[in-house]
Amino acid sequence: MLLKLVRRPEASRSMVLLSPLIALGLTLLSGIVLFMFMGANPGQALYAFFIEPLTSLYGWGELGVKATPLALIAMALSIGFRAGVWNIGAEGQLTLGAICGAGIALWLHDIEGFWILPLMILFSILGGMAWAAIPAFLRTRFNANEILVSLMLTYVAILLLSYLVHGPWRDPDGFNFPESRVFNDSATVPIILDGTRLHFGWLLAMAAVAGAWILMARTLIGFQVKVIGEAPAAGRYAGFSINRIIWFALMLSGGAAGLAGLLEVAGPIGQLQPTISPGYGFTAIIVAFVGRLHPVGVLLASHLVALSYLGGESAQITLNLPLAVTGVFQGMLLFFLLASDVLIHYRIRPAASVAVREL
Amino acid sequence: MTGTNEELLSDPLLKLSGMTRSFPGVLANDDVHLTLSPREIHALLGENGAGKSTLVKMIYGILKPDAGEITWKGQRVSINSPAYARRLGIAMVFQHFSLFDSLTVFENIVLGMDIGENSIDLRQEIAGISQRYGLPLDPDQHVYTLSVGERQRIEIIRCLLQNPGLLVMDEPTSVLTPQEVEKLFETLRQLAAEGMAILYISHKLDEIKALCSHATILRGGRVVDSVAVAHETPHTLAAKMMGEALAKEPELKTHTPGEVRLSLDHLNVASSSEFGIPLKNISLEVRAGEILGIAGVAGNGQDELRMAISGEITVNADQVRIDGKDCGQLKPNARRMLGLSSVPEERLGHGAVSSMSLSENSFLTAFLRLGLLSGGLINRGACDRFTGGVIERFRVKANGSQAPAESLSGGNLQKFIVGREIRQNPELLVVSQPTWGVDAGAARAIHDALRDLAAAGAAVLVISQDLDELMQISDRIAAICAGGVSATYPANRVTVEQIGLLMAGAQTLENAAEAGHAA
Repeated sequence: MLLKLVRRPEASRSMVLLSPLIALGLTLLSGIVLFMFMGANPGQALYAFFIEPLTSLYGWGELGVKATPLALIAMALSIGFRAGVWNIGAEGQLTLGAICGAGIALWLHDIEGFWILPLMILFSILGGMAWAAIPAFLRTRFNANEILVSLMLTYVAILLLSYLVHGPWRDPDGFNFPESRVFNDSATVPIILDGTRLHFGWLLAMAAVAGAWILMARTLIGFQVKVIGEAPAAGRYAGFSINRIIWFALMLSGGAAGLAGLLEVAGPIGQLQPTISPGYGFTAIIVAFVGRLHPVGVLLASHLVALSYLGGESAQITLNLPLAVTGVFQGMLLFFLLASDVLIHYRIRPAASVAVREL
Repeated sequence: MTGTNEELLSDPLLKLSGMTRSFPGVLANDDVHLTLSPREIHALLGENGAGKSTLVKMIYGILKPDAGEITWKGQRVSINSPAYARRLGIAMVFQHFSLFDSLTVFENIVLGMDIGENSIDLRQEIAGISQRYGLPLDPDQHVYTLSVGERQRIEIIRCLLQNPGLLVMDEPTSVLTPQEVEKLFETLRQLAAEGMAILYISHKLDEIKALCSHATILRGGRVVDSVAVAHETPHTLAAKMMGEALAKEPELKTHTPGEVRLSLDHLNVASSSEFGIPLKNISLEVRAGEILGIAGVAGNGQDELRMAISGEITVNADQVRIDGKDCGQLKPNARRMLGLSSVPEERLGHGAVSSMSLSENSFLTAFLRLGLLSGGLINRGACDRFTGGVIERFRVKANGSQAPAESLSGGNLQKFIVGREIRQNPELLVVSQPTWGVDAGAARAIHDALRDLAAAGAAVLVISQDLDELMQISDRIAAICAGGVSATYPANRVTVEQIGLLMAGAQTLENAAEAGHAA
């Protein structure tokens, strides 16, 4: 029997808001099944995954550390997504931002000064923007698909980073390890909670989320983003420039990703390494959708998904489960979310035998 | 089964009783009854939202009734799919056609037929029907080259091939020129004379007077009356349809046109898409205090014309002038600051954003002229106050200024959009299809508002397919056809037929007269 999706006349508003929770519930259920198949006690495994990371102050600090890049990037991506601008290459912009900010730190490695970190932040934002400017230019000038361009540029950025840490920026006293010098104190993001690694960047991320909220709710540009995302013809009628919004969305997300990259290398990592992100730029896409493309949702979702990173590590340590469990959980969360969204907007009907003029 | 042959013949073809259907919050059909005999052209009359479409959809098997009985040729039936309705002998021509633009007439017809039909026989059959009923069509022509009237003929032929006992026509004339309407009526009369029953849905009273023998009048989902049309006048029909004593017709004010507000000077716009319409050499002027009406069948460049004036399409600077200032290169908001407002044809997704509140939709076009931004932030209080004013002045039925645009009925949303533009006090207003799909009461309100605006000294350009509407509100009138605009004429000196000639492509009435003599 064939099935077909029939659009519901009206999607229930409360269900739209509840769907992340439904998705979370289904993810947990599937997680239990998954853990059983892997031979782990589901209760123990869920405890190790979701509770144990938060049993110490240090754990809470780590939650903030992981949530920082996710919240920053997802905040900006969600604004772009609402405008229908699909920047999939935040990971690359993150990498370029880290490279540009780190360049300042390495160049000035023997100088101390309060102005060094702000300068690094500025350059990281500009670096991320520059990387995002490529898809923005190609989209607005040649109508090239920004999904493909931004995604492919990610690999270019990662290879560039690899070249730098293996070559010109390798630490001269580093025994040939592919790593840069360790940044000095002036080039490191200060810790804001003693006994943890929680750093100043978390405050920046929270401020950015609050800023995004005001931007979307109260400003003209936020209004333009919403109108163009939902009804481009109405946007043209109102006199809004679609190209301007494409540039805005890509510059915002490029800059935010670049900043997130810097906060990683100048924060918990403290130097450039061949790998500086466990895929924050991609995971932020999940965060943006789980957060319903809303700043407050993004705030909650970034901490939830951050927990999945911690849980994966903790499950690996205490139960010997592979680290890939993290990715599986993140994937299931997105899968169930998209599935519940489809079923909130459509219902499944058995398809009648084909009739061309049935409408 | 029980009756004799004679009784069966005098039986009605279709009998509906107690038809009831509700949607969340509305009782769309409440105990509706209707009886149709062979050879009868029966009008189903009512304003928008009266329940005509719901009833017809139940007859054609698209909607399931909550209660009620359908009797077809004396047998009780339950029609649960359009396929079954067709098998019974019920055919329907929809307002919106389901045709593939890139296929030929013949291919489109074959697509709708059961597989296995012999294509040579079918060709002959099509040729036979088109000749017999005056429906000329070239089977090998591509649909995208055809006028709306010709496309409608394809749909009618498709229906006639099934040899139906009942033909349902849903507002068939809303897209036709007066000449095409007359031809359609001849075809329908011939079909009825040969024994077919026709259910004719419309809210145009003149047509019903001209064509139909009986009329069932719906209001608010209930049958208010079922009458013999010969005993009624358009006025009595209108009174029954609208349910209240009709307000008197607004009198056409004799205008003293002021200075030129808008002038188009040899406006040319290349087509933006394959099926788009390029605008060709359009020159016209609209003066302060007058309404200029542009008639035309849909798809002849109306939308392109409005967009070129509003600034959604930019052209050479001197091709569009507002108050004498070259502004072909200006963007929409720069033109708004010169006093221009416009209302697009499409309401949802163009004139308004569906999911946004009315208040946000006010901000959409009014934020510059009304200064709704304060300190870079949206002044929500001011948006709400303005929206409340529009709702009150234009009696928009909405659940307050925070109601999403999509929650409004088409007519109410149209009142809101037109009201939103008029309340900004434009000096120049361009409106496309101001009352498309709007009930008569709302249409009256919109017409009055347009007249008042012109009387207050604004220049108003109305682009509409509804010729009656244009004749009623315009001071001068022209027609658009295939991207070109004809000469303009004072509305009180031309007839509907003359405008029809312009709509069909004549540049001036003198040309049309010569062509008439030559033929």
